[in-house]
Amino acid sequence: METDFTPWMSLGGGVLIGLSAILLMALNGRIAGMTGILTGIIPPFSTDWAWRIAFLAGAVIAPVIFLRSGGTIPYAVPVSLPLLALGGLIVGAGVYYGAGCTSGHGVCGMARLSPRSIAATVTFMIATGVTVYVVRHIAGA
Amino acid sequence: MQKLLFSGLTGAIFGLGIAISGMANPAKVLNFFDVAGSWDPSLIFVMGGALITTAIGYRLVFGARARPVFDTEFHLPVNKTIDARLLTGSAAFGVGWGIAGFCPGGAIPALGFGGIEVIAFMGAMVIGIVLARAVDGLRHKPAKAF
Repeated sequence: METDFTPWMSLGGGVLIGLSAILLMALNGRIAGMTGILTGIIPPFSTDWAWRIAFLAGAVIAPVIFLRSGGTIPYAVPVSLPLLALGGLIVGAGVYYGAGCTSGHGVCGMARLSPRSIAATVTFMIATGVTVYVVRHIAGA
Repeated sequence: MQKLLFSGLTGAIFGLGIAISGMANPAKVLNFFDVAGSWDPSLIFVMGGALITTAIGYRLVFGARARPVFDTEFHLPVNKTIDARLLTGSAAFGVGWGIAGFCPGGAIPALGFGGIEVIAFMGAMVIGIVLARAVDGLRHKPAKAF
């Protein structure tokens, strides 16, 4: 399935992600890593769960408001439900042990030049690329 | 209360950024990694824009303030060790991301508009975190909070 090359929307979205990361650090002193924020509200709760719920609620509601105000968000899932569930299980275990994902390691950690985050990001980018190659060009899905 | 309001707004900026950038769109994410097929390089601009913005902004924040507005200290990771746990976990995350096309930060903002697919992914991901934490708790002392 082809998707349109959208350098300006993607750059704009990336800058917004960065602004959010800066604000969360300046206001709450927290890394804007979705693994960490989400894990803190999966029981047993971390002690400061309230701001995490507020952040996640904002992240879910904002795109809905954008769509209702006439914006468009291209969205297609070319993956079957069983594979989405399998991928989800592996992502969950992976980000737990890896202590972060694209936002925490790939954006916030890399921005701090954290060697751990650089190692993690290089590792998961390569693993993702290899997996997509295997799924699409070897397994032929 | 102020902290919650601003946390919600900060989350909203994140969610909007993810949604318009294409990171919440598995078709686009998978095409970014499909260099040998229907390659769509857009996500370079997401990562580049987010990374450069954050790198500059963090410097300004850490230079201007000794502590955040709503807390007594900056909570920065103290672990510096690059170990098998970090690399194996990250490699597994990559495999799952390559299968599903969703990463945690991409999936959360899609929950409001994405339907059953993103719900299936998120449900399984939470189960994956819970299982990993349970197994980890049996083998070691409980992992410290993020």
